[in-house]
Amino acid sequence: MIALSLAWRQLRSHWASGAVRVLLLALVLAVAATTAVGFFTDRIQSALVRQGGLLLGGDLVVSADHALPQKYELEARRLKLQSTSTLAFPSMIAQGKLSQLAEIKAVNAGFPLRGQLTISTQADANQVASAGSTANTIPAPGTVWMEPRLANLLAVKVGDSVEVGERKMQVAAILQREPSRGGDMFSIAPRLLMNAVDVPSTQLIQFGSRVKYQLLIASDAKAIQDYAAWAKPQLARGERVEDVRSARPEMKSALEKAQQFLGLSAMVGVILAMVAMFLASLPYVQTSLDTYALMRCFGASKRLIVRILMYQTLLLALLGSVVGCLLGFAAQAGLAALAGRLFLEALPSPGWMPALSGMAAGFATMLAVVWPHLLRLRDVPALRILRRDLGDLHTAGWLSFLPAVIVMAGMVFWHAGDFKIGSVTLLAFFALLLMAGALTYAGSKLLQKMSKAGHGAWNNGAWSLGLAGLKRRPGMTIAQVIGFSFGLMALILLALVRGDLLSSWQASLPPDAPNRFIINIQPAQIVGVKVFYTQAGISKTEVFPMVRGRLVALNNRPLDTKKYQDEGVRRLAEREFNLSQIAQMQTDNQLLAGRWWRTDEYGKPMLSLEQGVAKSLGIKLGDRLTYDIAGTRLTLTVTSLRKVEWDTMRVNFFAVTPPGVLDAFPASFISSFHLPLGHEDKLNQLIRRFPNLTVIDVAALMEQVRGIMNKMSHAVEYVFGFSLLAGIAVLYAALVATRDERVREATLLRVLGAKRRQVVAAVLTEFFCIGLLAAIVATVAASALAYYISVRVLNIPYQFNYSLALLALLGASLLVPLAAWFGVRGFLNQTPRQLLQSI
Amino acid sequence: MRTPLAVEVVKLNKHVSSSDTLLTILHDLDLVVTHGETLAIVGSSGSGKSTLLGLLAGLDSPSSGKVLINGDDIGELDEDGRAAVRGKSMGFVFQSFQLLPSLTALENVMLPLQLAGCKDANTLAQAALVRVGLGQRLSHYPRQLSGGEQQRVAIARAFAPKPAILFADEPTGNLDAVTGQSIIELLFTLNAEVGTTLILVTHDLALAERCQRVLRLRDGQLQVEGLSEEFTTT
Repeated sequence: MIALSLAWRQLRSHWASGAVRVLLLALVLAVAATTAVGFFTDRIQSALVRQGGLLLGGDLVVSADHALPQKYELEARRLKLQSTSTLAFPSMIAQGKLSQLAEIKAVNAGFPLRGQLTISTQADANQVASAGSTANTIPAPGTVWMEPRLANLLAVKVGDSVEVGERKMQVAAILQREPSRGGDMFSIAPRLLMNAVDVPSTQLIQFGSRVKYQLLIASDAKAIQDYAAWAKPQLARGERVEDVRSARPEMKSALEKAQQFLGLSAMVGVILAMVAMFLASLPYVQTSLDTYALMRCFGASKRLIVRILMYQTLLLALLGSVVGCLLGFAAQAGLAALAGRLFLEALPSPGWMPALSGMAAGFATMLAVVWPHLLRLRDVPALRILRRDLGDLHTAGWLSFLPAVIVMAGMVFWHAGDFKIGSVTLLAFFALLLMAGALTYAGSKLLQKMSKAGHGAWNNGAWSLGLAGLKRRPGMTIAQVIGFSFGLMALILLALVRGDLLSSWQASLPPDAPNRFIINIQPAQIVGVKVFYTQAGISKTEVFPMVRGRLVALNNRPLDTKKYQDEGVRRLAEREFNLSQIAQMQTDNQLLAGRWWRTDEYGKPMLSLEQGVAKSLGIKLGDRLTYDIAGTRLTLTVTSLRKVEWDTMRVNFFAVTPPGVLDAFPASFISSFHLPLGHEDKLNQLIRRFPNLTVIDVAALMEQVRGIMNKMSHAVEYVFGFSLLAGIAVLYAALVATRDERVREATLLRVLGAKRRQVVAAVLTEFFCIGLLAAIVATVAASALAYYISVRVLNIPYQFNYSLALLALLGASLLVPLAAWFGVRGFLNQTPRQLLQSI
Repeated sequence: MRTPLAVEVVKLNKHVSSSDTLLTILHDLDLVVTHGETLAIVGSSGSGKSTLLGLLAGLDSPSSGKVLINGDDIGELDEDGRAAVRGKSMGFVFQSFQLLPSLTALENVMLPLQLAGCKDANTLAQAALVRVGLGQRLSHYPRQLSGGEQQRVAIARAFAPKPAILFADEPTGNLDAVTGQSIIELLFTLNAEVGTTLILVTHDLALAERCQRVLRLRDGQLQVEGLSEEFTTT
């Protein structure tokens, strides 16, 4: 108890000293950043599952190309899960002389289990864009709801009748939004929604009809997991279980990128906080020397000292972690508010895991960063009471930094969620340390040489004293430059991220990004489509050939799809690929391996594969793939692997060849373009002219992705606020680290007759040099990091920000000495006698 | 069986290396101090007074020789052992007071009592502070006290655990003459009350003369400066 009581008293009293406050603040920031992002991403992940549910219409879908066996529904009922069933099939819908292929979905009561249908009863489908209401029911028997495009194509209004198979049914509403409209975009024709009870009377489903039967399930995550675990082994041929992972990949990609950003922001905050904690622990240890020397003098054993220190560390960790967790919890609410209606439903409540992780991170950080240095107090000699020069603990062995390095690495990898990014960040951190050390050493040597070589202004007392300070405390000077560098780097990076990176990310989906795809364009129709583009004033268009081929052999051996354990991969191998031929690699593609073809290689059997497909199917560079294209075999050699940014919403292909390779095969074409608002009429005219064309409208989806980008950008900036605070904490800790020593020196100088002005000039000189060196290191490091994030993570071009670099150099050279002067100003205003009494 | 001496020093040597040379601070020094005795060690600056005090208190280790406290050779003890001896039987008063600025006067006095595991630390510390005239200053921090008051707190801290031996290192060195005088009075009064063995290091001869015996440290050896009839030194 004595140890705990002393530890508590020490801690309470040390609160008055700035070092402990900075230490605690840094710990609070580290934990808060960790928990805020943890809570937020936890909520986002839960929301993603639900969002996936919205995209599917339920949390889980069992689908089949045949009527689903009853067992699936019975089990759902037994487990008291919500369920409803649907069936979907393509069919022609007619109105008068007009007819159009539609994707009919027949639904039962309760559909959708997740999300809501939005309908409009406005007569004219062209006017429904802004008006709409949530439908709490499904189409009544004998009525249908249809998408505006279908209504336009059939020239029907609400109240008109259409022929659905053998039935005449009334159009009761225009279907504006159907949450479950997603998944396989390229198979969708305009939607017609009807009540399932009407299906038999339409006589549309006959033997051999292509019908997709679905059982939608909804419940809490655990029940869904249990149901999925039960259902998967039951699946027969043609049956499958779909969950969030199979829901829209572009949304998932955008959110994953946002989470990566959040992780990076939190990571920068945590690293900075750890640096601040280390710097703050130095004066904390230094000011504790006398206390522990006195305790040793009064008979305290080393064991007792260790216990007191351990209790202090744990108390600090507990206090910092609890406050950090609370702050993190409050901050995540802010993040959630910023994310706003990112999802169709409110974000779910966070779980407790992030709080536990935050507490663990707080304790680990404190024990790893501060404890090894505090532990050195155990060895303070009692004789220090009589001889103050004994026991100064300026230098620590490298080994004492090892726990901090291990914990930092753990935190970095945890937040990065990616081995490569984590490794690069750690490498950048150590590179920064080395660079700061080397630059400081070289810089201080250079300045001292200049001082020695120069005369006059260079050689006046104040300059020499200031420069001598750099030499006198080489270890602390390097520590301070590193501290200032990290603090400044955070500020520069924040400015870069706010100004450049986030807008670049958002710019990856510009307002005029393609929002419509036309597929099934026949070669003879290309001219007509191009005329439409010209008439509609659409300039940025892309038209690609599409040849469907099935992969039948790999390296001349027939492809055995059974060898793929994963059902998804097996389906991928069995399905037909859309092959295309492209001269130049698209800008949203990145070459990962191999090389792109030259013009003299056009027509050669080369293939460029998307890396995900290649990885899933186990295909390597140099492999020979044989495709069956309409009965003809074509063997191609994989000459490059590409990464594709799917969230750019542009046309992209898993497999592409050089121009000329696919010329001999029957091809249809695909085109994408941005259709400005209000030009739907022209598009409808095109469709009427070429009824075989299928137009896919991704505008709503793009809005969702763009919404995620905007809102998550705010969230990232918000999390970077923690980094900003941590950066300021580092700057402050770096200043406080040597303040006592500096005050002692200043006092001595004043006593020895130095004028106040000379002492001020010496302090300003020393910190000008430190600030300048730190600004150089910080600018180089922040730019390198920004370059990495731009080029490697975001795939956007990087431009060095000269004005920001100049601002950093000027700012640091002015503000760091000024801040240092503020720190010791109070002491310099006192008389030498007062000063002597105060130290 | 002979009652062990409070302090017995046998052939004590202390050398420190200074660049290329080995500096001898104490050379074959012998000393005995009986229980309840008051002893002053005087000497010029740099004569090794504080070094000797550090060795006697077990704060430092000798190059050779023995220091026996109550008959126990503290040289045979490890650092923790010596700390235990200090906690059990020694008190300290320093020139620079050595109060912990982060603790109140009461907490400063409680510190050695708590370290010794005393359950009545608070009561004893309060009583000690009342005894030195600071009953109204219990919750004051050192910075809120004058130099004389700080030294009173230090004296209260030193006497509160009722140590067998009290080491005082220039206790008036940081005080003006009047305050210093009052501190000396307090120190000797309390010493008489408690019956503590007092070993005082000072260069102030007036203060030293208050002790029963005065030894001068010169050339690493102790010489008799003032002597009462029953005490001798070799």
